[in-house]
Amino acid sequence: MAINEMKKTIGISTTKERFPYQKKLATWLQHGDRIWSLLLWLSGLLVVILVAWIGWRLWIESAPSRAEFGWEFISPWAKASWNPALDKFQAWPSIYGSIVTSVIAIFLAVPFSVGIAIFLAELSPPNLRAPLNYMVEMLAAIPSVVYGLWGIYVFLPLVVVPIGQSIEATLGQIPGLAIVAGGHIPVSGLSRLAAALILTIMITPTIAAVSRDVLLAIPNSQREASAALGATQWETIWKVLIPNGLSGILGAVILGFGRAIGETMAVTMVIGNTTGGGYSILKPGYTMASIIANEFAEAVDALHTSALIEIGIVLFFLTLILNAIARWLVWRVKKQVMGN
Amino acid sequence: MAQDIFSQVNLQRVYRRRRLTNKIMLGLTGLMLVLALIPLIWIIVYVLIKGGRHINLDFFIHLPQPMGTTGGGILHAIEGSLVMVVLASVFSIPPALLAAFYLTTHESTPLASAIRFSTDLLAGVPSITVGLFGYAVIVLAQKHYSALAGGVVLAIIMLPVVIRSAEEMLKLVPPDLRAGSLALGAPEWKTAIKVVLPAAAEGIITGIMLGVARATGETAPLLFTALGNDNYEIGKMIKQGIEHNQSIFDVLGRIFEQPADALPLTLWKYAQQPYPERVEQSWAVALVLMLFVLSLNILARVWIARRRSALQ
Amino acid sequence: MQTQTLTRKIETENLSVFYGSFKAISDVSVEIYENNVTALIGPSGCGKSTFLRSLNRLNDLVPKTAVAGKVLLDDTDIYAPSQDVVDIRRRVGIVFQRPNPFPMSIFDNVAYGPRLYGIKKKSVLAEIVEESLRGAALWDEVKDKLDKSGLALSGGQQQRLCIARTIAIEPEVILMDEPASALDPIATLRIEELIRKLRERFTIVIVTHNMQQAARVSDYTAFFNMGDDRAGYLVEFDETDRIFTNPQQKLTEEYITGRFG
Repeated sequence: MAINEMKKTIGISTTKERFPYQKKLATWLQHGDRIWSLLLWLSGLLVVILVAWIGWRLWIESAPSRAEFGWEFISPWAKASWNPALDKFQAWPSIYGSIVTSVIAIFLAVPFSVGIAIFLAELSPPNLRAPLNYMVEMLAAIPSVVYGLWGIYVFLPLVVVPIGQSIEATLGQIPGLAIVAGGHIPVSGLSRLAAALILTIMITPTIAAVSRDVLLAIPNSQREASAALGATQWETIWKVLIPNGLSGILGAVILGFGRAIGETMAVTMVIGNTTGGGYSILKPGYTMASIIANEFAEAVDALHTSALIEIGIVLFFLTLILNAIARWLVWRVKKQVMGN
Repeated sequence: MAQDIFSQVNLQRVYRRRRLTNKIMLGLTGLMLVLALIPLIWIIVYVLIKGGRHINLDFFIHLPQPMGTTGGGILHAIEGSLVMVVLASVFSIPPALLAAFYLTTHESTPLASAIRFSTDLLAGVPSITVGLFGYAVIVLAQKHYSALAGGVVLAIIMLPVVIRSAEEMLKLVPPDLRAGSLALGAPEWKTAIKVVLPAAAEGIITGIMLGVARATGETAPLLFTALGNDNYEIGKMIKQGIEHNQSIFDVLGRIFEQPADALPLTLWKYAQQPYPERVEQSWAVALVLMLFVLSLNILARVWIARRRSALQ
Repeated sequence: MQTQTLTRKIETENLSVFYGSFKAISDVSVEIYENNVTALIGPSGCGKSTFLRSLNRLNDLVPKTAVAGKVLLDDTDIYAPSQDVVDIRRRVGIVFQRPNPFPMSIFDNVAYGPRLYGIKKKSVLAEIVEESLRGAALWDEVKDKLDKSGLALSGGQQQRLCIARTIAIEPEVILMDEPASALDPIATLRIEELIRKLRERFTIVIVTHNMQQAARVSDYTAFFNMGDDRAGYLVEFDETDRIFTNPQQKLTEEYITGRFG
């Protein structure tokens, strides 16, 4: 039959040829669409569940450590000690390491990132734009370990050590600042400073790319209105575009902060990995991510493993909150701009 | 009168100052870009020069030599990376595509918002944390490290990358195409697989390439899932399987169930060893890894850009 | 319409504008008189807006734009290399088709321009803001909420805010690009009244696709049309009364009587 032939070629099942119960089943399944919807729904749900599952699982696994140390574990005022031999674990030094390296990285990266975003969104000649975008994205795509390797053998001796020495000679001499900027930087350069500087390079493209998208989302009518009042291009950027996109750029910065906190390999390779080191940025230390990377595989003791997982859960929740805030801020500016 | 006030301003002086500020600040943004690109060029050139010296055929087809001796290759890491990235792709691509289909067909249901939000969160979860999760869920359960565990954690890392780009690419497919197929009476799933997916295929493949690049470069989640294995060699395992007349599933099982190495993992271990030969080799590993990851990235982005401009 | 002695404010000589290889307007020569309202009318796509935007070099913002011919502002070519584009835009302001206030307070919107020129004193700014808002017939409606966002106003109010923002920098010429096309009839009427009032202080050039509006508000009218090469050109320029009662060109007559366009 001609119609059935046509149906076959466009893929409709020719139900007439089938037995009644098959027809019923096919109809009930809407020719497979019910299964299809269910699959879509399940796959979507998987993503949602996965995030919760990660959090929940780490929470369970960290139970021994939480029971043993309570809130003391993450307190800045508790006695800092990390001693697998004595089963004493306190995470503050690594939390401090994460915060100090990420904060320095953010402060250094923001002017660069915003400058790059402005250049890419507003100034770049059209034929340069695509290659420059690729280069910034490549900077973000280089694997973390490659940064680490280059860091150990090139960046630390050539850049970090001289910078460290000049910090020591200047800021380190100021009485109040000596605690965070005093002491000698090791000849290897392995230090919190090294981690902070590597992180700066690594998060700059992230912040720059998101900020660029935020600037590009601002409608042209704003640029025209400002130019028509006689503003120079910089005045338009600084007084109209940046305030317009401020919450989005802030979102980009927080996103970068989350990246910095969670970055593992490059930091582990250049920070020196020690639980001592006081508060000085010129000294080696740990970050939350680097202590897990460095010790977890060798941790045999259950409490040690559990303590490292508890650090993992601190890291998890911290980045979760930062990402949620960042997403909300970027989303808000895009929505506001669209509604405008 | 405002007019009087305005004429009091020395306009020429104001202009000169503003023009100067404009030039300086615009110049500074360009300078920032140049400064930020210095590390990129520095790393690429340095790795090319330093790693290039140790690249030869032996490097790709041999297992590592014992510590302290020269020679040897990284076959174990190449094969391990391959196995784990293939596993990660098999685990992540189907659900990622299905989730992306969900997002494009159910634009604004609560679940769609939840998926988008979770995808963003998942993309932001530190990879080391994902590694801990993989350890807890698979390694603890199986009581041993394995390529399988490595594949699963890499799949979690790939998932948000693929969902995001697939959603964007599926959205670019003209709605008429889908409507046309549905109007002919084709069911939703056939329309999706036979009409929408092929139309978006090139874009989705680029998304997968980005995911693969990301997974290939990841080290942290493998540290305590795949662990590392200097003797990981697929060829040998297959040969043994044939000799002992084992089924293909047994062989596959052994390939997946053993601890495995990966390029970034090997790089990490070599970079920190006291043997200079190993450090030298780590530059060669960096070269292989970097070229692979960067060329996938560039290829994918050029394709995406081309596709976008073709559709607009 | 009988006016006193006419002073020439802007004169274009064979002005052509190109976007890349596309010629948008071709050889336009027009004189615009001080303290008069000049309307630019014509079918859409005929280059009215392009012409308008070339009068304060706003087309410079569009990449690959090129200009041939001259635009003389008080007998000086604004496209001459020695000219400062910032100064030209201060002297020739523009109000856009869609109101585009900045997402800041009403006060800051109006003070934006003066601040650029280094006026910082709060009392001086307050004076300028009040005077500009009065000039734009908006003061009474917003005087109690100057610190509210400009985006919170109605469409018509937003457009008057944009006019206030423009007159705050004391331009000599105000360009208006279909300023009422996005507004309702009552808001349109208020803008038209305002234009008649602003004429006493400023030279005004207005693009409109509404011929009644051109007849109501303008003293002079320039009629543009799109040529065979899709480039806009000037068909006829004359006093508005003559254009609408006794046009010299057949094309103009056909257009104003609604037979084409």
